[in-house]
Amino acid sequence: MGVRNTLKLWWSRLRGALAQAPLLGWLLGALLAVVVELLVGAPLAQGLGMSKIPALFGLTLMLENPALIPSAIAYVLLIYLLPVCLVAWLTTPLANRVAARLLRFPLGVSVVIHLALLYATLHLWSGVSLYRYDVLRYTLIAIMVTLSLNVVNGYMGEFSCSHPGFMALGAYTASVFTVVLFVQDNRFGPPLLPPALGPFTFPIALILGGLVAALSALLVAIPSFRTRGDYLAVISLAFMFIIKSLFENLEVVGGARGLGNQPDWATLPVVFLCTVACIWIINNFVRSTLGKAMNAVRDGELAADAMTVNTRQTKMVAFLFAAFWAGVAGGLLAHVTRYVNPGTFDLKKLAEVLAMVYFGGLNSVVGSVVGATTYNLLSESLRPLQDFKWIIIPVLLILVMVFRPTGLIAFKDFDIKTLLEPKGKR
Amino acid sequence: MSFFLQQVVNALQLGSVYALIAVGYSMVYGVLMLFNFAHGDVFMVGAYLSFFISTGLLALGTMGVIALPSGVMLGLVLVLTLLIAMFLNSFVGMAVERIGYRPLREAPRASAAITGLMIGIILETGNLILLGAQRRKFSDDLISIGAQPFQLAGASITPKTIGIVLVSILLMLILHLFVRRSRWGMAMRAMAYDYVVVPLMGVPINTIALLTFGLGSALAAAGGISYGLAYIVLDPYMGVRFGWKSFVAAILGGRGSVLGVGLAGFLLGFIEIFVAAFLPSTLRDLIAFSIVLLILTFRPHGFFGEPYSAQLRL
Repeated sequence: MGVRNTLKLWWSRLRGALAQAPLLGWLLGALLAVVVELLVGAPLAQGLGMSKIPALFGLTLMLENPALIPSAIAYVLLIYLLPVCLVAWLTTPLANRVAARLLRFPLGVSVVIHLALLYATLHLWSGVSLYRYDVLRYTLIAIMVTLSLNVVNGYMGEFSCSHPGFMALGAYTASVFTVVLFVQDNRFGPPLLPPALGPFTFPIALILGGLVAALSALLVAIPSFRTRGDYLAVISLAFMFIIKSLFENLEVVGGARGLGNQPDWATLPVVFLCTVACIWIINNFVRSTLGKAMNAVRDGELAADAMTVNTRQTKMVAFLFAAFWAGVAGGLLAHVTRYVNPGTFDLKKLAEVLAMVYFGGLNSVVGSVVGATTYNLLSESLRPLQDFKWIIIPVLLILVMVFRPTGLIAFKDFDIKTLLEPKGKR
Repeated sequence: MSFFLQQVVNALQLGSVYALIAVGYSMVYGVLMLFNFAHGDVFMVGAYLSFFISTGLLALGTMGVIALPSGVMLGLVLVLTLLIAMFLNSFVGMAVERIGYRPLREAPRASAAITGLMIGIILETGNLILLGAQRRKFSDDLISIGAQPFQLAGASITPKTIGIVLVSILLMLILHLFVRRSRWGMAMRAMAYDYVVVPLMGVPINTIALLTFGLGSALAAAGGISYGLAYIVLDPYMGVRFGWKSFVAAILGGRGSVLGVGLAGFLLGFIEIFVAAFLPSTLRDLIAFSIVLLILTFRPHGFFGEPYSAQLRL
């Protein structure tokens, strides 16, 4: 019995113990970790030689100042890893029992409680600094965009490049709606409706943006009846350029200079709710008959047609549905940055969205969430490297593509019930 | 009339650059059924390579290593630059194939498109890091070769423009003949026809794939020189701006047809120049891409491409 074997034994025991913890336990742990950070984070960070609480798990800090690597790691261990694992382990029996009890009610109850815990965690975590707050909101929006692109590229197997265009349409529509109606603006004049009413109509603005995007998706969906794959990729690419160029030429909404002055209504709860709604609806959609029809169209259009799948309807619905969510995400994005210009929705955006989809995994809701989150965290934390960031991220993506050509977590069904179930033998 | 003729000349010049790049996209697409999204940046690398080669050759000239009258010297430098840049750039293309495409040949096609995109970003960023954001241009002596315009029916035309257009047409013709007449070209066409059976007939597909990428990149380098001579300023993002439009031209032309793609390149040049000539130039992209969208909606396989139902390997 060497030290190595002992370590191995402990490691497997630890893993075995942690594998018993249900999601509820992990969420409780995360919540506690965030509370711990709020209470002792700042003094601990100073004690470890850092000027303030590391914003993104110390990744940025490590790159900026390699001397701080040990203290950043220690901070992450002490503040995040230790409490999370400890709580998850200690509460395992209790959390399992509670989770089982919750599942006896309608599924919604359990989901709402879990989401409330998750939201509380995110709220407290992002309350520490404005930077975190922004990164979190951008990440949530990126999740929406990635999911909606995955519907077309992953589930239906088309290579669509039009998503930045849909986002632009959603962003501009929602912005024009809110700015014209509720904001005193140089271009559009005084508000038409009392601004106090504004936040309540924000969902209408978002949905309107989504609908406009969906309507425009007809331009891509109708050609897709006759052609597939490569030519459709080009059609969607042309669509993206057309939309970008259109907004550059529309002086009413500021042309290439862009449109600003959006009200600050896309707060964390709003973005969080939208993302949850998006994940929930898209997950239900792809598991419905229509969703399976999309898979059938992807795997063999002729065969699907022969098996009574209405391929035209399927394609149409998939494109419009994906475009709708991209439009909603665009509307949110416009109200987070509080400024949009056509240059935001260019090829770089396209490359980013595609990267998130293919990094996370095709045909998978979890993959999209993981892909968008990882990509955003990575891209934020590599910021101190400046230009080198755009070497490291592509290299990582190429490696992922070479070793896992369909992405990290591809072709997985996402079932909410199994996620929330108590773990372990009972 | 003279205005019209002037625009035609401008369009031919722009179109020849588009066509030279588009051929590379189309060849890869025709033979391997994959998009080489790094090709626009390979074009950029070609332009920078020729910038360095020409600067180096001119420096050799001034140091007196080669002593020739200046006119002959400049011409020689231009031709040598063209040849060396085409040669070197073909290796860049082959590297792209080896790193980004060969490992993914059996993977879903979209994954290979992603690696191509990412290699493109690496090339751009690498350029930015190595050379800085400073813009480059070819030496003034080279740019001023044949830059003295002469009048033809009221339009002022430079010999340079004619040279660019002729060289690009010549290169495309050579490539067309190569693809149609040579054994290697036959192997390439066979691979485009059936990707699975052809290796069984003893055709080395890896070599053919390398050859395809190499030829396309060589032509892209020629496009890079033309671009540098005609539009002067080289910057790291020129590949993105020009590459994606050429990609559209490649699709318009049809799968794997060199002449079709050449024509589509010129067509795109014409659309862009004439839109800019008669309407506000900011509308250029809008109208050009709307026309592309219309063409593809009603003629989904391009001008010269045969209707071919692409089997998605996902």
